[in-house]
Amino acid sequence: MLSYIAKPTPPNSDKRWKLVDATIRRQGQQARGLIETLHTVQEAFGYLDEQALRYVAMSLRVPLSRAYGVATFYHFFTLKPAGEHTCVVCMGTACYIKGAPQLLDAVQRDLGIRPGETTSDKKVSLLTARCLGSCGLAPAVVYDQEVAGKVSTAGVREHLKKWTSA
Amino acid sequence: MTPDELEEIAESERASQSRFTQRINVCVAAGCLSCQSQSVKDALDQEVEKRGKKDHCQVKGVGCMGLCSEGPLVSTSSGVLYKKVEAGDGAAIIDSLEGSPVSRLVCATDVPFFQRQKKIVLENSGVIDPDRIEDYIATGGYSALIKALTEMTSREVIDQVTKSGLRGRGGAGYPTGLKWSTVSKSVGTSKYVICNADEGDPGAFMDRSVLESDPHRVLEGMLIAGYAVGSSEAYIYVRAEYPLAIKRLRTAIRQAERVGLIGSDICGTHFSFKIDLRLGAGAFVCGEETALIASVEGKRGMPRPRPPYPAMEGLFGQPTLINNVETFANIAPIIRNGGEWYAQIGTEKSKGTKVFALAGRVENTGLVEVPMGISLREMVFEIGGGIPEGRKFKAVQTGGPSGGCLPTECLDMPVDYESLAKAGSIMGSGGMIVMDESSCMVDVAKYFMDFCMTESCGKCIPCRVGTYQMHRILTAIGNMTATQQDLKMLEELCDLLKHTSLCGLGQSAPNPVVSTLKSFAEEYRAHIHDHKCPAGVCSAQAEGETA
Repeated sequence: MLSYIAKPTPPNSDKRWKLVDATIRRQGQQARGLIETLHTVQEAFGYLDEQALRYVAMSLRVPLSRAYGVATFYHFFTLKPAGEHTCVVCMGTACYIKGAPQLLDAVQRDLGIRPGETTSDKKVSLLTARCLGSCGLAPAVVYDQEVAGKVSTAGVREHLKKWTSA
Repeated sequence: MTPDELEEIAESERASQSRFTQRINVCVAAGCLSCQSQSVKDALDQEVEKRGKKDHCQVKGVGCMGLCSEGPLVSTSSGVLYKKVEAGDGAAIIDSLEGSPVSRLVCATDVPFFQRQKKIVLENSGVIDPDRIEDYIATGGYSALIKALTEMTSREVIDQVTKSGLRGRGGAGYPTGLKWSTVSKSVGTSKYVICNADEGDPGAFMDRSVLESDPHRVLEGMLIAGYAVGSSEAYIYVRAEYPLAIKRLRTAIRQAERVGLIGSDICGTHFSFKIDLRLGAGAFVCGEETALIASVEGKRGMPRPRPPYPAMEGLFGQPTLINNVETFANIAPIIRNGGEWYAQIGTEKSKGTKVFALAGRVENTGLVEVPMGISLREMVFEIGGGIPEGRKFKAVQTGGPSGGCLPTECLDMPVDYESLAKAGSIMGSGGMIVMDESSCMVDVAKYFMDFCMTESCGKCIPCRVGTYQMHRILTAIGNMTATQQDLKMLEELCDLLKHTSLCGLGQSAPNPVVSTLKSFAEEYRAHIHDHKCPAGVCSAQAEGETA
């Protein structure tokens, strides 16, 4: 067994790798820090690309297959860059009962994309969530990190129009 | 930190709070924050500043007050609760402190929603500032930890928890005292405590609310657990989807470390403890304990067969105690008041209180804490205030994707672990979703099956393939193309999944189907034989698809 493998140098001079390196160091360059490190990468870069996965896998000394396996197993990680804005429609039970499917339908039709996709002009990404925990305010939608409760079809349409026409 | 030092902090905090003759509490938990409660608080702050009342009027951000549907909520020291407050109402509220309440904003508190509750876990929610450890200490916080460390042996702590009759609040209801005692007897080079804050059930937000409103209570519970089982290291596994809860937990851990309540040689004893956060990444199966452990270890969250149970071989192969947020939140009051006190509340086999997240087609949605044994009717019609728009009650869904739908006939049933299980549902973590006649039960069953199908980790075949096949049949029923043969196959698959799946996710995945088949069989028949959806949900969808 190899006793020591030098930590690889970051793929490029982007300053955000420093954040990633800090997490890797804090986790003692150990395999158990894989999820934490991927969180940091996604927070810094917005998504996980092949270059990042290779770098993290090498730094933590795990096979690339394991890093890819973890990145694709969990819904929170995304391998594609998101659009300028994101619209997350909550599909939790309470929201479902209170009309989230109709909201999603309207958004899909307006934007012409399905959940997980981004409009061709890279303006808006559409996502669904399992549950935001805002069930008291169902149905809920997150516009760029901001949770809005008791959303109506007209309301979500109007919000999207602001983004797409801007 | 010594007992005297703790008392000193409590005293000075109480003294500084008593300087204020007027107090205004603004809810800054996630529910009200998404209704702009931060701007309400800012407006109140500005108004107080403007009037030069800063020295005797305090505006404080507090945790969840429960009635999320009426947010943002504001309460005042004169005992008035205001609902749906807007930033522009700041001046009127401050005026009212010396006069009569602002009647257009008043929210009645003499209604069953507030009166029927009994608060143990939520006693500080909506009262203290979650971002200040001093506020928690002033209400008696961390005194249970000090009591356990200085006056009790670890054996005595476990005895009190056993006596209380507390059962795991994560869903399965395993006796907490028994779990603690198993871990304390297990031998390992080190032991771990894990707090399961991966609240994955859609429709449940109790744990999020506790973490956002009173994070120190959970830390105190974990510290006491660590002392009782002989562990010195703990993790909180929290959903990445709860950024505010994560932020407040981080703050709380830092504060507790600063005053020496987390660290080495706590309270002058040989007890050392450290708590670290681990962020989940959106996988429902990680609520299962062995999958959760795999995830904390940085792997894919896949469960493994038990035994060995985590109490013997858990995180990194060491004995591990895993409890849910609400379970830990119950510990401090039990140690403070004794196990017998806790055992007086609730029913014979289900002790204490339970926090429920009431949501769906019901007038009052939000967070409630009630004694075990309360009837579903009381929950839905008294506390919940009944069904809005004069519609008819149809079912209440408990336990999320692992639970079932309880029809009208079950309304008078007491809410405890045994009764819910007997009726074909489970207590689960505490989500309670009310449905009215506008919901189609086949569609609801399909919704939950879609959830389980997507969330199945794929390790065992019954769950991976079974949920897919069941979802296919339910979709066919929804599209009015299913036959009687399909229905028979669906029933067989329910049985197969229940008995042959590896973990709780697959074993309980059929529950929503079984319970709707049992109580709403005529709806399934109507779809299959008459090609009609009594609630008008399915046909509408089919039309939408062809259009």
